[in-house]
Amino acid sequence: MTERAPIFIVGGGHNGLVCAAYLARAGRRVVVLEAAERAGGCAATHEFHSGFRVSSIAHLLYGLDMQVAGDLNLTQHGLAYAQQNLRSVALHTAADALVFDGDSASGAGLDAADRDAFQRFVAARRRFAAVLACWHAAPPPRLALSGWRDALPVAKLGWAVRRLGRKDMRELLRIATMSVDDWLNEYFTSARIKGALALDAVLGAWAGPRSGGTVFASLHRAAGGGAYSVPQGGMGSLSAALVRAATAAGAEIRCQARVAGFEVVAGRVSGVRLASGETLACSGVVSALDPQQTLLGLLGARHLEAEFARRVQHLRATGTAAKLHLALSRAPEFHGLKTQDLGERLLIAPDADYVERAFNPAKYGEYSPQPVMEIHLPSIHDASMAPAGQQVLSAVVQYAPHNLAAGWPAARSRFLETCLETLARHAPGLRASILHAELLTPADIAERVGITGGHWHHGELALDQYLMLRPVPGAAQYATPVAGLFLCSAGTHPGGGVLGTPGRLAAAQLLAREAAP
Amino acid sequence: MSSGANSNQRYDAIVIGAGHNGLTSAAFLARAGLKVLVLERNSYIGGAAVSRELHQGWIYSNCSYVCSLLRPEIYRALDLARHGLQIVPYGGGVTFTRDGDYLGGYVDKDVKRREIARHNAHDADAWQRYSRDTMRQCRFIRSLLLRTPPDPTSLKLRDLRELLYLGKRFADLGEQGIYDTIRFYTLSIADYLAEYYESDLVRANFSGSGIIGTALGVHSPGTAYVLLHHYMGDVDGQAGAWGYARGGMGAVSKALAGALQSFGGEIRCDAPVEKVLNRGRQVTGVVLASGEEILADRVLSNLDPKRTFLGLLDQKSLEPELVAKARNFKIRGSSGKLNIALDGLPEFPALGRNHPLHCGDLHFLDSMARFERAYDDWKDGRWSRDPYLDLLIPSMTDPTMTPAGKHYMSVFVQYVPPKVQGRDWTQADRDAFRDTVFDQIETQSPGFRKLVLHAEVRTPQELENEVGLTEGNIFQGELTVDQLFFNRPFPGFAQYRGPLRGLYLCGSATHPGGGVMAAPGANAAREVLLDLGRPEGVPEGWSDD
Repeated sequence: MTERAPIFIVGGGHNGLVCAAYLARAGRRVVVLEAAERAGGCAATHEFHSGFRVSSIAHLLYGLDMQVAGDLNLTQHGLAYAQQNLRSVALHTAADALVFDGDSASGAGLDAADRDAFQRFVAARRRFAAVLACWHAAPPPRLALSGWRDALPVAKLGWAVRRLGRKDMRELLRIATMSVDDWLNEYFTSARIKGALALDAVLGAWAGPRSGGTVFASLHRAAGGGAYSVPQGGMGSLSAALVRAATAAGAEIRCQARVAGFEVVAGRVSGVRLASGETLACSGVVSALDPQQTLLGLLGARHLEAEFARRVQHLRATGTAAKLHLALSRAPEFHGLKTQDLGERLLIAPDADYVERAFNPAKYGEYSPQPVMEIHLPSIHDASMAPAGQQVLSAVVQYAPHNLAAGWPAARSRFLETCLETLARHAPGLRASILHAELLTPADIAERVGITGGHWHHGELALDQYLMLRPVPGAAQYATPVAGLFLCSAGTHPGGGVLGTPGRLAAAQLLAREAAP
Repeated sequence: MSSGANSNQRYDAIVIGAGHNGLTSAAFLARAGLKVLVLERNSYIGGAAVSRELHQGWIYSNCSYVCSLLRPEIYRALDLARHGLQIVPYGGGVTFTRDGDYLGGYVDKDVKRREIARHNAHDADAWQRYSRDTMRQCRFIRSLLLRTPPDPTSLKLRDLRELLYLGKRFADLGEQGIYDTIRFYTLSIADYLAEYYESDLVRANFSGSGIIGTALGVHSPGTAYVLLHHYMGDVDGQAGAWGYARGGMGAVSKALAGALQSFGGEIRCDAPVEKVLNRGRQVTGVVLASGEEILADRVLSNLDPKRTFLGLLDQKSLEPELVAKARNFKIRGSSGKLNIALDGLPEFPALGRNHPLHCGDLHFLDSMARFERAYDDWKDGRWSRDPYLDLLIPSMTDPTMTPAGKHYMSVFVQYVPPKVQGRDWTQADRDAFRDTVFDQIETQSPGFRKLVLHAEVRTPQELENEVGLTEGNIFQGELTVDQLFFNRPFPGFAQYRGPLRGLYLCGSATHPGGGVMAAPGANAAREVLLDLGRPEGVPEGWSDD
């Protein structure tokens, strides 16, 4: 008797590894197929200059699924934090920085009304984000409202809102589709607070603060608890812990095994074809690649019903976030920033209009002449990231649309210059200390990690691609229309941001389907 | 028009503002036997539905200019035809391209499909899909227009029944239909159109309806919905068709006033209301700017909630929370208008002579980027340098508007800010704004300028000052999902009742919003009659569909 064919996980990103670990723990034979030399995907650490290491794409953790961390004993498998509960600091070229720590805001120019408003705002955001967190704990229901049995899980979603009480329920129904700019204007007069909070709502998005639905994006980000942390050794050590957890549970991880396509027999996926030409029989496939690549690239539209394929094709997934890495000979000095705050989460978003203006060019396929940034210096709290006395600066820079009209090869050096100029306005002496600069545009991210559009969340995190609409109706419960093929990437519910939840829920769905008669 | 009410008189209901919704409310209340008085600030009735002779011999529909959304149920119930309202359909539309061609939106479906195919064969097929899907959304919303939105947080029988009705309407859409509907309400018009059309020109051609009157760009999520406010109407049962009120939009107001008066209602012009009077939580009447007091247990305000709650009510009687809600209600002026008297018919060389679409809506933006850039200008506090125009020559269809051989051109302009970079409009601004519009028209109609005899330039500032629409917003409040249905104008106040007993809102700031539908007015009248225990006056869920 031959052993039952394995379940293949395509792509060793964090969600793929989480899914593999859960399936292996349930006794399934699981093999992760990873195209790169090492598993990790967007949660990786690489050396970009001799002796300088940086988290390659995602650089902060803010919503890691605590159930995943606990179930998979990630601490035991080596996950440690260099720093937890980072404060957010809003930089300014002409004023002292503002510091946001939990629900308190402090800094030059803030009056009692602003501080009080900030407290009320954070409390309200927390209450509403808790509703989303509750929705994120389970797969989204389908909206086939033909009977009570179908309506029950939908009613459960509604109950999470109802439970807020009348006043908050009304408020959530009102703000859910609103632009974050409108929402912030109801709370604050301080332009700088609005700028920083507006940035939180648009990081990784093809949207500006005035775009409808950005309140939702802000709540989504807060649903993970709202605290930022950095793993010791960068995001790669999270992946390393996941690899150890998956392996310990019995999963096999095969690197440099690029999947080129799926074998489909009688509407069921029966095997995977590797780029090397090898074909492997399987009992199921869970893809951690983005939905478009999985369904249109590896599977092929010919196996899909036309309407479904059309929905997948129209998924909104244009990446706008670039990543900048600098090797610095010494610690930078930012204007108005206290030295002890250098290791916090530093934001360049002086006001909401600045953020909106940064978004404007993206609509026409151009990059921002004055970009917004989320900056972190991992080497401040983690000596393993840079040689002694030297520093690493890691920044998410927006907006740098994947579909740049001029083409990234032609524009790359100009955009890098734009980024450095923006940084130098805040840290005048920075340029002289740069030993090496690396810029990853969404096009680079698309190529390196293999994400369509270079979009971190594997598809825009917006209301039209949320819950039972993520990635598209018909695949929102992780199973695809092709039997045996499942999705588990950030492109599925509840979305992106290094959560691990899609991987966990996808594994549970696969096991539930197997168990069903 | 005025029929001398004196201060000792007592009315069952007073309506503040003789806009089309105020008149509609009043007419339904009078029809139900109430003694009703409408008070109008201006010397003429109609609000933004008016016909005015601002250049001798020329009648301008100087604010709203076309008609389609006026609910047929109301038209029939108030017998508006008998009171002189005649809607004349007009034909199609055109989007000119910068290279001298055009995309024609013909009324005949086959011709239109062939015309789209001339530009993009794929899109001609997609148009069928687009029409089907969009009409499905229209049917869904049409059933809700003459219903009072339920309060989703309420456990009252009526609210639960309405929520159940809504749930059932949703379920009737089918699973895929529900998904499509959620997406429709959250997508931008650009993304919605991109799901159908390949061609930038075809997308641009359908984009205007997503942003007219709205302070959002084609890429702003939520604009797909605005499309419905241009598709959900009909003329003579022709869904989605548009027409002219013969004699200008004032004919709508005139017919409504005629209906009101036929039921014994009264209208007083030049009677600006200063305050709403109350004793405790009960409304007792109004006081005019002249100091005259008029008593009534019910007051309906055709004004927006900012003006009503913050302007007309005793501020001491208001909860701070309500004040905040009224302040936060988004009313953003984003459009302007030019009314032009012409010495002759302007020619558009792209169309040639005697083209059937010459009398339709003419548009000049042929790419999505031009639309979006027009919005970016508005965000910066200036009028669009390359604006979206909806240009019509009503006198080609309705010869009563001008002297023989002459023409009237109505040009709706998007985007125009309520203030120019934070300051009031100056005459120099208005002239420069007019020239911006003229320049764009000249690109397709060389020599157009020479025909101009008179041009009325209306910015949001004029609309606010003359009509009382805050910030000059034509819908009396943004049509975004956070301000629609049970959120319109804001949660807890979506059932037409104000914070005092006997106070009601009946303007476009209430469900289902603006566009000369008269539905808010009818719905508000229903609530008044319900509170009087007379539910038969305006049926709930009234629908021809």
